[in-house]
Amino acid sequence: MGVMKRVQLVFKAKANKALDKMEDPRETLDYSYQRQLELLTKVRRGVADVATSRKRVELQMNQLQQQANKLDDQARKALGLGREDLARDALTRKSSAQSQLNDLQGQYAQLQAEEEKLTVASQRLQAKVDAFRTRKETIKATYTAAEAQTRINEAFSGISEEMGDVGMAIQRAEDKTAQMQARAGAIDELMASGALDDVGGRRDDIQAELDQLSANSDVESELRRLRGEIAANAPKQLEGGVGANGDGPVHHGDRGQSQAQSAPYAPPAPTQNPQQAPPHQAAPPQAAQSAGIPVSDLPSANDQPQDGEGS
Amino acid sequence: MIVRILGEGQFRVDDNATPGLNHLDTELETAVERGDESAFKAALTGLLAQVRAQGSPLPPDTLEPSDLILPHQDSSMDEVRKLLTDEGLIPG
Repeated sequence: MGVMKRVQLVFKAKANKALDKMEDPRETLDYSYQRQLELLTKVRRGVADVATSRKRVELQMNQLQQQANKLDDQARKALGLGREDLARDALTRKSSAQSQLNDLQGQYAQLQAEEEKLTVASQRLQAKVDAFRTRKETIKATYTAAEAQTRINEAFSGISEEMGDVGMAIQRAEDKTAQMQARAGAIDELMASGALDDVGGRRDDIQAELDQLSANSDVESELRRLRGEIAANAPKQLEGGVGANGDGPVHHGDRGQSQAQSAPYAPPAPTQNPQQAPPHQAAPPQAAQSAGIPVSDLPSANDQPQDGEGS
Repeated sequence: MIVRILGEGQFRVDDNATPGLNHLDTELETAVERGDESAFKAALTGLLAQVRAQGSPLPPDTLEPSDLILPHQDSSMDEVRKLLTDEGLIPG
């Protein structure tokens, strides 16, 4: 006997076993109908569960895509700052996020197929349950024991087979959903661990290092600016500012250097990018000095907007 | 003759198609006994294709039991083995 017949016999045996439990044929009809309605509810819930799982996977796919884009940006920035090592790190993670994403896309398609199958199964079951209900009422109305028994058995076998089929479909969908959920959980953990870096979550180390680099360069430019200012103002305080003002900051460096020999507290390297000091800062020291206020107490120098601020 | 493909529904298949189906069914059974996965897949795919090609789908509101029942398209050999036992995969 082939597989097809054996499977059919197994289904039939199940149906007969259930039938044998019932003493009153009418009881069989009502009991079976109850079970059918339960199964309908179950299969509809199954569809909803699979849909929920599918949406979760969709969400994760979006997150992974964002993450891949972000890592790509970071790699670009890192390269721009001359940090090939960081760029390499970012691209490695991007490729990991990308492979997770590809994997999820496959699973997503599976879940979609499962959802469709269950939807169709629930429609088929609904049609059969409706047919069964009609048949049930007819059988009850024309009740004569012997005839009814045969007709009940027929109707019952037919619906029972469908119920077995749908029950298996639900089971399969549940298994797939469980697998997907385990998988989704694993990806959540992976993202939380920072291996892929969670989008919008905690700051990742690549970003931290890029920020650090950027902050360092801001500090350096601030330092250069301050050095330029001090260099520009040091001689004025010593010499009463004679001929020191109104020349523009471009020349401050030269003066600072010449002053460094006679003034031991002058900054050690005032020539370093003196052009960093904005030209308009030449005016306040002049006003301050005529008012007898030490330049170092002036708020204006620090309040000026600087290059790289606001980053 | 009515054939059900699990997960797909029932088909009415002409009795003339029976020899072809039986031939593939024997191959399927042999493959399951031997544990030959690739022969199993080939036989199952062939069987399902024949039923779909030669059968006409039954309306969903019929309550007729099937004469033959075929496993799901993507069944594994292990699932089919369980299906063949009374305690197997069919719930209830």
